[in-house]
Amino acid sequence: MIRRVEFDEGLDELKALLLEMGERVEKAIEASMRALQAVDGDGARKVIADDPELNRLEERIVELGTRLIATQQPVAKDLRRILVAFRISNDLERMGDLAVDIAKAVLRLEGRELIKPLVDLPRMAELVQTMTRESIRAFLHENVDLAYKMARDDDAVDAMYGSVLQELFALRPAGARDSSQAMLLSFVGRYLERIADHATNIGESVVYLVTNKRPDLNR
Amino acid sequence: MPVTAVNTGPAQARASRTLIEIDRLNLYYGDFHALKNVSLDIPERAITAFIGPSGCGKSTLLRTLNRMNDLIPGTRIEGRIAIAGTDIYSPEVDVETLRKKVGMVFQQPNPFPKSIYDNVAYGPRLHGIRKKSRLDEIVESSLRAAALWNEVKDHLKRSALSLSGGQQQRLCIARALAVEPDILLMDEATSALDPISTLKIEELVQQLKERYTIVMVTHNMHQAARVSNRTVFFLNGEVIESADTEKLFSDPSDSRTEDYISGRFG
Repeated sequence: MIRRVEFDEGLDELKALLLEMGERVEKAIEASMRALQAVDGDGARKVIADDPELNRLEERIVELGTRLIATQQPVAKDLRRILVAFRISNDLERMGDLAVDIAKAVLRLEGRELIKPLVDLPRMAELVQTMTRESIRAFLHENVDLAYKMARDDDAVDAMYGSVLQELFALRPAGARDSSQAMLLSFVGRYLERIADHATNIGESVVYLVTNKRPDLNR
Repeated sequence: MPVTAVNTGPAQARASRTLIEIDRLNLYYGDFHALKNVSLDIPERAITAFIGPSGCGKSTLLRTLNRMNDLIPGTRIEGRIAIAGTDIYSPEVDVETLRKKVGMVFQQPNPFPKSIYDNVAYGPRLHGIRKKSRLDEIVESSLRAAALWNEVKDHLKRSALSLSGGQQQRLCIARALAVEPDILLMDEATSALDPISTLKIEELVQQLKERYTIVMVTHNMHQAARVSNRTVFFLNGEVIESADTEKLFSDPSDSRTEDYISGRFG
């Protein structure tokens, strides 16, 4: 078996960049949720300040992938590896933006106390972080079983989001400030649910990479 | 009806009928077993590309289609090749007539050291056409079909050797078309040409498939991907995979095909 050194090194670099993006996204979700629970404006500002690095990583992935297509003319699975890297980097960039949205919600809450202790949202966030980590692992190891697990986890996240909304709607807010806080928290639930959808997209990309078929895991 | 060894392509809307049927073909050069049990259907009015590493048998198979291998001493063939239902190795088949129906273009452009006109008129004259007006018609229509007419129409008496390599190759295509073949075999027909001439030939071949069945051998996998409708991958004298080109280059069924097209074959 001949090893196409330059191409394989390029693919390794793509994988490393996606891994770095995935780790940064996971940290951004974690940090934004920690900032939410502590209503910590500084923590939220750090998440927002770190986001441009994710955009830069996405640009590097697009540049590298484009160069590999132009100079190495990959076909079949080699080509899909690059096409999928483009899509995954786009999903990760959007996931980072949603973590920023959570951080922005924290800034709106700054200086106030939470109307209730958060229980379901942190649990949702924990599962969403796991999905982020595992979706990237599924890509790196071209693991279809792990990719399909995204669909099941996404269902669990959707169910949690449903109960978060129910609970927030059931609250009897004491005033306008409480209502707006309930709304912000429901937005956070929505952001987490969207992040899980993007992780599920990554799972779909992995299935496409390995099988050349396009499943719909986001149903 | 022969069974195609590996036929992974999905049924396609444009699927045309089979023109060439190769059934359990074995070919030996002396002791060397060059083609091993090859079964393959080649569709009419489409471009079929043979790919594979050097020595895999793809050119050998191409040359069996107009019995060029007959010229190589020690060649032995078993199995059957039928064109439009006729076994081309049966004793009744006249090889000259076969080669009129199955034209061939080679790697190196090989025009005769004659005028452009006489190169194209050579075949028709050989087959008995003498009338000047008829020959003029054939020369013009063949040069037009080979996308060369506009470049040479004012210099038909010039030596063919004065043309560029790409023009010479198109002249050889015109020469092959002048005897009205059904099938055009192209053996590495662009490998000696620059990229612009190569693209011209590729465009030409796309037009020609409307009227002719084209079988091409190419070392350039991307050319096979760009130009052909069907691709056949050969390895060590065997057909490993035969599929619609789109399928073979995006989702090959055999890991050896994937290794080869991905440049990971060694």
